[in-house]
Amino acid sequence: MKGLPTWSFVLFAIFAIYPFFPTFDEHFFNLTNRSLGDQLGGLFLFAVLALALNVVVGYTGLLHLGIAAFFGIGAYTTGVLLAPVYPFNVNFWVALPLSVVVAMLAGLLLAAPSLRLRGDYLAIVTLGFGEVVKSAIKNLPEITRGTQGLSPLAPPDVYGVTVDWALDYRPFYYICLLALVLVFYLLGRLESSRLGRAWVAIREDELAATCMGLNTAKLKLAAFALAAALAGFAGSLYAVKMTSTVGPDAFDFNKSIFVLCCLILGGLGSRSGCLLGVFILYGFDFILSPILDGYVQTWVGPDNKATWQSFSGWRLIIFGTVLILVMRFRPEGLLPSDRVKDELQSGGAK
Amino acid sequence: MSLAIFATTDWETFAQYGINGLSFGMLIALIALGYTMVYGIVELINFAHGDLFMLGGFLAFTILTGMKITGESETLMIAGGLFLCFIAVPIFCAVLNASVDFAVYKPLRSAPKLAPLVSAIGVSFIFMNIGLFWGGPQDVSFPDLIPNDNLIPSGMLDAESKLQFTGKNLIVFAVTIPLMIALTIFVRLTTLGKAMRAAAQNPTAARLMGIDVDRVIAVTFMIGGGLAGFASIIYGLTVNTLTYQMGFQNGLYAFTAAVLGGIGNIPGAVLGGLVIGLVSSYGAGYIGQQWTGALIFTALIVLLVFRPSGLLGTRVREKV
Repeated sequence: MKGLPTWSFVLFAIFAIYPFFPTFDEHFFNLTNRSLGDQLGGLFLFAVLALALNVVVGYTGLLHLGIAAFFGIGAYTTGVLLAPVYPFNVNFWVALPLSVVVAMLAGLLLAAPSLRLRGDYLAIVTLGFGEVVKSAIKNLPEITRGTQGLSPLAPPDVYGVTVDWALDYRPFYYICLLALVLVFYLLGRLESSRLGRAWVAIREDELAATCMGLNTAKLKLAAFALAAALAGFAGSLYAVKMTSTVGPDAFDFNKSIFVLCCLILGGLGSRSGCLLGVFILYGFDFILSPILDGYVQTWVGPDNKATWQSFSGWRLIIFGTVLILVMRFRPEGLLPSDRVKDELQSGGAK
Repeated sequence: MSLAIFATTDWETFAQYGINGLSFGMLIALIALGYTMVYGIVELINFAHGDLFMLGGFLAFTILTGMKITGESETLMIAGGLFLCFIAVPIFCAVLNASVDFAVYKPLRSAPKLAPLVSAIGVSFIFMNIGLFWGGPQDVSFPDLIPNDNLIPSGMLDAESKLQFTGKNLIVFAVTIPLMIALTIFVRLTTLGKAMRAAAQNPTAARLMGIDVDRVIAVTFMIGGGLAGFASIIYGLTVNTLTYQMGFQNGLYAFTAAVLGGIGNIPGAVLGGLVIGLVSSYGAGYIGQQWTGALIFTALIVLLVFRPSGLLGTRVREKV
């Protein structure tokens, strides 16, 4: 086994120094009216979410279609603990671990009864759970403020940071980057640990894993709980970053599928693939699309505003085509882990 | 929406919800059949099925508005327009579904199960985008062609009775029941139906017996698509609004119905559809419309936990 791959150090180092070159950000802002640094902060959280999902889908090989629910549970727990309408008003650094715990408990709640289900049934139960959570957020306005979301959520206290968090993207940028780096290396260590190897054993051949004395039920439960906890972690940070819990539609099936698409495009079970998938798809949606939309608009003229005349109107067609092509020609993803590649090329265990 | 509703409940409202629930359930069952038949043979959750249903709805809409048919048109015009819809839309859906199978799923038959599933999600995205171009981001109102008059003769119930069985309820049953009977006859009695059952049971053995499994699969996709086409017309006629997102919600309900009944099981899909219809109707009536989705999925989760292979499904041993 080699040590930590150096490329990830390089990548994270580049991100760490990005804010010291504000000209990039200014240029991007002139182009799209958004701050690239701000978008990147969101991207880092999204990458955490993708790494979370990777634990269940990538390592353990269980199809999970409801990860956004745990993202939402994390966000709303933080929302309830921070929002001025509630009496709690705790410090964010207290709310964050509590949100993680609540999301993890929700993960256990979902996983415990559903683990004896076969693959597709499990997928549909996670999907159903996601929809139940979303509709609970939507239909309990007494608790969640329904579609408006809980706001305003105060930014966290960080010693020595005195800038206005609403105007300067950097504090959240660094918090999100730190979160991503932590989760990335934590999972890297976990991958080669006893637990991580046991998960991969379940993915490759559950029956054989059982025969080798692995308690598959417990291991799957652990995978679900960890994924839920990490998703809740990302959700909690997301809520304070947005200064609001946004609303139920931020945590729906589309988001779950979007995260899954990132994983599949990048390569299931591979952390680097995860990052690449998120960079491509999230970058497409939030960075490339706005730029191209601007160009297309000047090209077709301001009077043509039909959906098909904007670049982002084609978003789903592009996504769908990419998914189909990847599955057809490179099912292991763009940056697969060696192990998954072997599994797929030898015909696969399933 | 509170508990106060229970106080005013009487058998008539109860029966009314039952009628509405059954007709919605039959519609869902029709879509669910497409899921369950495809799953039965290729073990693929065809995520794009709901969106196929949506596209069918838009085609019916385009045909009817293209012929300038509204609720006020002459009966003959309406009948002609509907006849055309009932021919063209199922054919369109059947051909589209089979072509997608040929172009996208067929090359992946021997790939791991995740590959066709993800491709199906991709197809679903593409369909949804086409639906967005076709119908626009807003709701589209489908011509209201079926009279909403009560068909229960006034002498049958007492004067204050508000129980209704409308033309819209009737058309749902008038279309779905014959289709289901025809499907049952096809699957049970014809050679192709027999081949279909054989391929579902064991594709390799079926191939060894000389059955052209690829052809059987293509036919299955066509039948499933055709049923979705019928369902989309009925949906348009009874619900009267279309949106490019309707495929997702209804597809999800239908898929839930298929799982509920035991996926791969044809009578199970119908039973599951009816259960979903009744749950959503009674749930909407007594608890609140906005909770319908949550209620359906909670029912699904509970049921699967206690009976993991669905209501009518038999416990399948995991293939190793």
